[in-house]
Amino acid sequence: MYDFKALYEAESVQDAIRLRLEHPGAQILAGGSDVLVQIREGRRAGAELISIYGIDELRGVSLDAEENIRIGSLTSFSHITRDPIIQSRCAVLGEAVDQVGSPQIRNIGTIGGNTCNGVTSADSASTLHAWEAIVELTGKNGVRRVPIRDFYIKAGTVDIRAEDGEIQTAILIPKASYENTFGHYIKYGLRNAMEIATLGCSVNVRLSPDKSVIERCRIAYGVAGPVPMRVPSAEAAANGAAPSLALAEAFSRAVLEDIRPRDSWRASKAFRQHIAVEMAKRALTESVRKAGGVMA
Amino acid sequence: MSKVGKREVRVDAYDKASGRTKYYEDRVPPGALYARILHAEKAHAEVLSIDTAAAEAIPGVVKVLTCFDVPDRPFPTAGHPWSMDPGHQDVADRHLLNRHVRYWGDDIAVVIAESELAAKQGVRALKAEYAELPFVLDAQKAMEDGAPQLHEAYPRNLLKHTDMRKGDYASAIREPGLIKVEGWYDTPTVQHCHIENHGCFAYEENGRIVVVSSTQIPHIIRRVVGQALGRPWADIEIIKPYIGGGFGNKQDALYEPLCAWCSTQVGGRCVRIDCAREETFVSNRVRHAIRFHITTWLRPEGSIAARKVECWSNQGAYASHGHSIVAKAMGSFAQHYPCDNMECDAWTVFTNRPAAGAMRGYGMPQASFADESNIDDCAAALGMDPYEFRWKTIMPQGFHDAFSGNTNYCDSFRECMEKGAAYIDYERKKREYAADTGSIRRGIGLATFWYNTAVYPISLETSSNRMLLNLDGTVTFQCGETEIGQGADTAYAQMVAEAVGLRSYRDVRVKSCQDTDTTPTGLGAYASRQTYVAGFSIRQTADILREKILTSAAERSGHPYGDLDLIDGCIVRKSDDTTVMTLSELAMTAQYDPVHSEHITAESTYTIRSNAYSFGCTFAEVEVDIPLCRVKLLNIVNVHDCGKLINPALAEAQVHGGMSMAIGYGLSEQLLFDERTGRPLNNNLLDYKLSTFMDHPHLEAQFVENPEPTSPFGTKALGEPPACSGAPAIRNAILSATGVAIDRLPINPHVLYDEFSRAGLIHDPWKEEA
Repeated sequence: MYDFKALYEAESVQDAIRLRLEHPGAQILAGGSDVLVQIREGRRAGAELISIYGIDELRGVSLDAEENIRIGSLTSFSHITRDPIIQSRCAVLGEAVDQVGSPQIRNIGTIGGNTCNGVTSADSASTLHAWEAIVELTGKNGVRRVPIRDFYIKAGTVDIRAEDGEIQTAILIPKASYENTFGHYIKYGLRNAMEIATLGCSVNVRLSPDKSVIERCRIAYGVAGPVPMRVPSAEAAANGAAPSLALAEAFSRAVLEDIRPRDSWRASKAFRQHIAVEMAKRALTESVRKAGGVMA
Repeated sequence: MSKVGKREVRVDAYDKASGRTKYYEDRVPPGALYARILHAEKAHAEVLSIDTAAAEAIPGVVKVLTCFDVPDRPFPTAGHPWSMDPGHQDVADRHLLNRHVRYWGDDIAVVIAESELAAKQGVRALKAEYAELPFVLDAQKAMEDGAPQLHEAYPRNLLKHTDMRKGDYASAIREPGLIKVEGWYDTPTVQHCHIENHGCFAYEENGRIVVVSSTQIPHIIRRVVGQALGRPWADIEIIKPYIGGGFGNKQDALYEPLCAWCSTQVGGRCVRIDCAREETFVSNRVRHAIRFHITTWLRPEGSIAARKVECWSNQGAYASHGHSIVAKAMGSFAQHYPCDNMECDAWTVFTNRPAAGAMRGYGMPQASFADESNIDDCAAALGMDPYEFRWKTIMPQGFHDAFSGNTNYCDSFRECMEKGAAYIDYERKKREYAADTGSIRRGIGLATFWYNTAVYPISLETSSNRMLLNLDGTVTFQCGETEIGQGADTAYAQMVAEAVGLRSYRDVRVKSCQDTDTTPTGLGAYASRQTYVAGFSIRQTADILREKILTSAAERSGHPYGDLDLIDGCIVRKSDDTTVMTLSELAMTAQYDPVHSEHITAESTYTIRSNAYSFGCTFAEVEVDIPLCRVKLLNIVNVHDCGKLINPALAEAQVHGGMSMAIGYGLSEQLLFDERTGRPLNNNLLDYKLSTFMDHPHLEAQFVENPEPTSPFGTKALGEPPACSGAPAIRNAILSATGVAIDRLPINPHVLYDEFSRAGLIHDPWKEEA
């Protein structure tokens, strides 16, 4: 039995905004795979809940007028994995969210909830960072768009203005970000399912037309710091370079300049650093391969 | 046609698959109160006070009971048969709630409420004050002078020490030219993780107490509840419905005594206790973490001259099954690889961890890991293949153990090893994988084990049952050995059909639910005993029932008794093989006979005074990704000699489950504790890495069916054996792949990172630069 005070069910985005303004302390509930677990643990005992789960307009993947990918915030992980727009333009995101928990959780869990939960280990987060996604928030003052790196403020805290009645309504991946770009995500866990990442690494590259140069390389990690993070040092080492085994070595070593893993009972800092380097190397190699290049 | 040895569908399959099967929660009467427990958040402390005022003010809270309210009547919890010899009885060191907190999670108060929510809110509103005491988590540290003391009656926290001496170890090791192979082997605290958490409900009825519980051992629970409440055992009725697994955790009195007592404190109203998974991990039972120190002295030609084995068993806070587990572990060495000179010692030590109790394998998975790791290290020291070394040194055919009376009648170990090696293609792969030198390497390893069947002669072995002939010619069967998911009911149905002479196992109606008021007394599900011990009493009762049936048939048909037989549900005249009447016709005629009406039934008890060796091995094939510190299990096979199989499909399922447990034990499972506070860190199924379907390759189960001569059905232990040899086989496969011998479980990526770094297989230059 869950310990909460009230449950309000929003029928539309506008309705959700109204409810949020009326109940400023209320917790937004989407799929519930994080929030209900927290309530069961007694962490939000007595909370008011606003369920947005019934708002179908927030479901689905589409292309907008500028061909940016628009993912409604309530779109489930399993939907994203199977969506043809994702598969043809940003396949790695579908692959990444296919590693969340179990089939049941992937059916109920949403990409909006995954990001609003604000945790560094979210399987969507490193890929959304590496693809420079834009978070769309809708409130009483209309729509606000925030780059994902600014959306994450600190562990468990994201940039949503409850006082403006905001809810997250979509995640966008700009055309400039996905065009001719290929990526690979590696989740490091201690088992192959029902797992929270020890470390997540997402890399993507755009190669020159003749595949001889990495025109753009982006890399982001989850669990390498309190929030998901990009790794500028490694990106700088790869941008404009020819794909090669030596580059993979230099690129992966450069990761250590930016990541900030910590010691915890889940994993030591030394272990996380070790696998971060190896994962960067492998994710770059695989991204280049997917882009049609060769690591000479 | 034989009814045993066939792949029959489980008798409970339809109801289980369609969700109709009733578990304890499905039987809770409306209006039952919820009891929820306050678990101490200290590893070692005295409770000074508990402020209950705020909890009592919560609407719906009926009663708050604390450690200051319970009777001072210590009781034991282990699910062992009662012994008439007081010196052989279990340690009584439990109270219903505890003022002296001995582990983080100890039970100190309970809130009884109209709803689960009010009970939970009540628990959160309790304020306990403690006087903190120093704590100790490690067994060897707990034995040191000045270590924190858990129980007054046990100085140095030593629950028990036993030893075993054979030959003259001290002299034997002076033989010139011996090679010494010494190792320390550590096994972790793990939990059973059965699907259904333990729970129960209790109420008073006509001055007696009824407890319906998710337990493996209803008749033993009756005794423990009686002891805990200071009531005659006969005042207690235990009902055991279907349960969702136990693996030994429910071979212990868990919350039945507290639940029964709570009911008595609220006027006999029905009270339920339902463990959450987090509580199951910490406040039920766990597997003993045992540390082994083994020194083996080898002659260069490959024989073992002498062996010394020391075992420290981490008991946790309460005695539960206590020393039995490590005693069994220690006892395995001298029989597994017999040698003339042995010195073995085992200590069971209290620490401020959750109480360790029975868990599938009962010390053998621990012993098998240590023994089989050391044996592989011995083979390496001799430059001999581990298969060849085992072939040379393992228990020979004809080996006899005087204590248990067991004999290795066939050459079971070698037969199992041959079969496993053939399946996995041992020799070819071993050769091929030796060439792997890159960052990803493959390896193959094996491990063996032996296991006793049931608990004779350490404890009583008895089994009773009842058979009732129904009017339709079917037989209703009741016994005290419980169905806990393993398929026992189906095996009973097949054995009863065979022994009585029924048409089909479908003609046996097994009463799965035990009720200690009406079910013939049995001891429950443990020690891989069910099929073996029930076999004796099934054969005996079936003989009685057959005699009654044939006597009745002779009387009613006029044919001589000696010329009648019961075959496939028909009374048959032996002289010409004609059917005289069906069993149904007999039952109807007998029941409705206006002069001599008769309900044909039989009941008997059999005291089993034998044991039986069960054997087996695991071969595992792994791929090790050295830079990523990961092991991928490519292939795994278990081969068992558990005698004749009653139902090969269920036997395979049993083996699959045990292999899965062994994979988790080998690679991922471990309950962790904060060294600074003693707090459990990962008592949930996200952070405790139970292996999943995705972590398993195909699980291959094979058998060598040497019939067990002591058993009426030729069977012996299979329940626990599948969990014993998997972890060391994986360990030895990793050794064969990488040359790195890892002597602690689980072999997870963190351990591999440390071990590969130490071995120089991985090298992080930046660590030195920093």
